[in-house]
Amino acid sequence: MSEVRKELKVSAIENGTVIDHIPAKSLFQVVKILKLDGIPNQILFGNNLSSQKYGNKGIIKVNDKYFEAQELNKIALVAPSATLIVIKDFTVVYKKNVELPKTIKQFVKCVNPNCITNHENIETKFDVFTDDDGNPRLRCNYCEKFTAKDNMVFI
Amino acid sequence: MKNRSLVSIDDFSKEEWLKILDLAEEFEKNPKQRLLEGNVVATLFFEPSTRTRLSFESAASYLGAKVIGFSDASSSSVKKGESLNDTILTVSNYSDIIVMRHPREGSARYASEVSPVPIINAGDGANQHPSQTLLDLYSIRKTQGRLDKINITFVGDLKYGRTVHSLVIALCNFNATFHLVSPDELKLPSYVKRFIKDAKLKYYQYNDLNEAIPKSDILYMTRIQKERFSDPIEFEKVKNAYILKNNMLEDAKETMRVLHPLPRVNEITVDVDSNPMAYYFQQAQNGVYVRQALLTSILGIK
Repeated sequence: MSEVRKELKVSAIENGTVIDHIPAKSLFQVVKILKLDGIPNQILFGNNLSSQKYGNKGIIKVNDKYFEAQELNKIALVAPSATLIVIKDFTVVYKKNVELPKTIKQFVKCVNPNCITNHENIETKFDVFTDDDGNPRLRCNYCEKFTAKDNMVFI
Repeated sequence: MKNRSLVSIDDFSKEEWLKILDLAEEFEKNPKQRLLEGNVVATLFFEPSTRTRLSFESAASYLGAKVIGFSDASSSSVKKGESLNDTILTVSNYSDIIVMRHPREGSARYASEVSPVPIINAGDGANQHPSQTLLDLYSIRKTQGRLDKINITFVGDLKYGRTVHSLVIALCNFNATFHLVSPDELKLPSYVKRFIKDAKLKYYQYNDLNEAIPKSDILYMTRIQKERFSDPIEFEKVKNAYILKNNMLEDAKETMRVLHPLPRVNEITVDVDSNPMAYYFQQAQNGVYVRQALLTSILGIK
């Protein structure tokens, strides 16, 4: 029954990618990280949908778009619980959870105001660690300082 | 180590640190050798640091290298708005190795990524200053005859002192016992203590310097800066508690030595200077030998 109701709220797509189980508060960060605001494809969003497993969740459906795994794994920083579903002809052909990448380039700002990447035109680069609570923390390749999850600013 | 940059102390392995120290010992016996004749060493100091720069330049000059560079960003093209990338690429055309000091953290790592010649980091903001750590290790080994199982006491600003953090982390490889003397506001940060805990070593914290002195093989003094305190009254309360005077050394082990990265302001009174335990000026001299060892190793001469 719940499957049917979900379909009513955010309609199905024929071909494309569905990103499900996004924590509601992270939905717009995911939009930003994947730069969905800049693509011409049809996109369906749902947020604050009730989910038995995850409380309030968000969902994004992008028509006719398939992402590189590397690209999608970036969202593990803000939505570690997210599920990726690839749809072809209204059928799920592939489903997996996002994985935290080992390194992250370019799209997060270093929290250290005195880091060289905040003063020169330099791509940021981080090694990904997790803290005791399982939250990701990023070690800047340049200044060696850690950026915690709460301090992450996406470029 | 040939052609490798030295940005952070852990860019080199423990074995490589020891090789550098052994080589520095050779240079101490014979510092004036024309090993680097025909080489050009660039010293780019985007912020002034007279002692570090002179030490590197002295090391290079004794070995016969030609030294080029600047001692202040205001006398360079940086002032005209040149990017770090462009400065490094340009200077690498004129030199075999670049020694750089820069006020921004991460600048040396970035330089090492873009530079075709090796970089030695002579300080990037509050981050790393590996040649200082190596000369501290050299001074400890020279005065104690070993690096293993040293009782070392760090005094003063343990929170912001980059020198202290690097040396603590390095000594975690040598089974040191740490005695940490500081006001509560300037205690060693937890990320550094983590290294001590991970190495299963012991540390003790004190507010009173006198308590730690008799336990020490090395007494490592640092300066407490007034601007580190949010409340100036707190500074007034503690400022005299971390000053080393000669009469405080009466209970020290005879073999104990006092180190200080310099410059000293008032945290060691001048009456300590004539005490045989005072070692900070020799420590600075050791910096030349260690830097000679670094330059020759990285340039592939030794």
